[in-house]
Amino acid sequence: MGWRVVVDMDLCESNAVCMAVLPEVFEVRDDDLLYVLDETPPDSMRAKAEEAVARCPKQAIAIVEA
Amino acid sequence: MLRRIAVVGASLAGWHAATTLRREGFDGELTVIGAEAEPPYDRPPLSKAFLATGDESKVVLAGVADRETLGITWRLGRRATALRLADRTVDLDDGSEVAFDGLVLAGGADVRTLPSLPVGDGVHALRTLADARALRADLDRRPGPVLVVGAGFIGAEVAATCRQSGRDVVLVEAAAVPLERAVGAEIGAVCAALHREHGVDLRLGTAVVGRDGPGAVTLDDGTTVDAAVVVVGVGVSPATGWLEGSGLAIADGVVCDGTGLAAPGVVAAGDIARWPNALFFGDSMRVEHWDNAIDMGAFVARRLLAGEDWDPAEVFAPVPWFWSDQYDRKLQMAGRATGADQMHIAGGTLEERRFVAMYGRAGRLVAAFGMNRPRHIVQSRGLIARGCPWDEARELAATWI
Repeated sequence: MGWRVVVDMDLCESNAVCMAVLPEVFEVRDDDLLYVLDETPPDSMRAKAEEAVARCPKQAIAIVEA
Repeated sequence: MLRRIAVVGASLAGWHAATTLRREGFDGELTVIGAEAEPPYDRPPLSKAFLATGDESKVVLAGVADRETLGITWRLGRRATALRLADRTVDLDDGSEVAFDGLVLAGGADVRTLPSLPVGDGVHALRTLADARALRADLDRRPGPVLVVGAGFIGAEVAATCRQSGRDVVLVEAAAVPLERAVGAEIGAVCAALHREHGVDLRLGTAVVGRDGPGAVTLDDGTTVDAAVVVVGVGVSPATGWLEGSGLAIADGVVCDGTGLAAPGVVAAGDIARWPNALFFGDSMRVEHWDNAIDMGAFVARRLLAGEDWDPAEVFAPVPWFWSDQYDRKLQMAGRATGADQMHIAGGTLEERRFVAMYGRAGRLVAAFGMNRPRHIVQSRGLIARGCPWDEARELAATWI
């Protein structure tokens, strides 16, 4: 079973909390926008991805089972 | 081995404590007591997106929809009235009692009000969803200027939200600049300018004297503000009244050790908890931020379950972090500027309203306040967490352009 990281860009306000939790996947750049570097991270990052979901102040991140 | 855990407080800290207890394998009786009628919800939108739109989906917390599947007894709309520590019992306001052998105190804080401006008849405080609903309804019902008393984060956000919906706003602050204690006078002045640039009539160093009927609020400079709606945003106090005489140490919060333990089998988290933060020179802290409620709620749940087996070296020593959205600016702060002896601006300029203000204390980076610099606040947070020397932090920040 694969899983994907999905960010609702209409909700995202670039607080960059996700980047602090999982920089391999989330990057807020100097344009203040969030870039998802890897939409299908390895399972070893699953726990961190879930932490990013819980920590997003805008609840803009979701994990979708593929 | 704990069999019965009671969580007093059904907001963010209590919710994260309860869900962490279950996730960590606690399968005994779990009771969550909440003074508000609502199941756990998200407070930050109350002064921003919810106030702007009235859309209650904005305050829904992820996972709360599944709250009935967690084997939790929810006692919502019930206030804890006394803690009988020796009996391991919490008394509730309906005369019932909840027995526990483990207790999480996560009851948050109560909004402060002003004797000169009693709530009611167009005067509001803003803490709960019920408060926010009432404020919104009144804003709809009463066109005209809004007076916001207190230019802290809630007051500033309410002022910004009201300006953005086209209301005239008068913002009154007793101090010489807003947020002086949190960010210092220089950055506080930038925050003041931000309000004025967005058309807020900001009155600094001014206090409210009283109110002459609806619509007329008298200030201590002798002027009167004609306001359709008044919002009092003068902070909160930890909700510890019911714990007086319980035997717990209370001093502007429930006094805990460095692990969040207030007494054997009793932990505290969120706005109500005071603890020494080892990362900040052991300063006694009480943190009212969203992020801390999550972090500390989860931490003390694990602490409670471990009991005597907890490694005392594992202390709760986070870098506090918060954000505040005002107008088109994102304000964020990591760390604590308390006791700072150095300050440096990086990553932009105050004039651009895009910068990071770095604060140093005893040769270390201890805080960073950013306006529209989320990336660098995240980086600063990491630097603060590892005790980055001040000079090194300044060098790193030289690349923030």
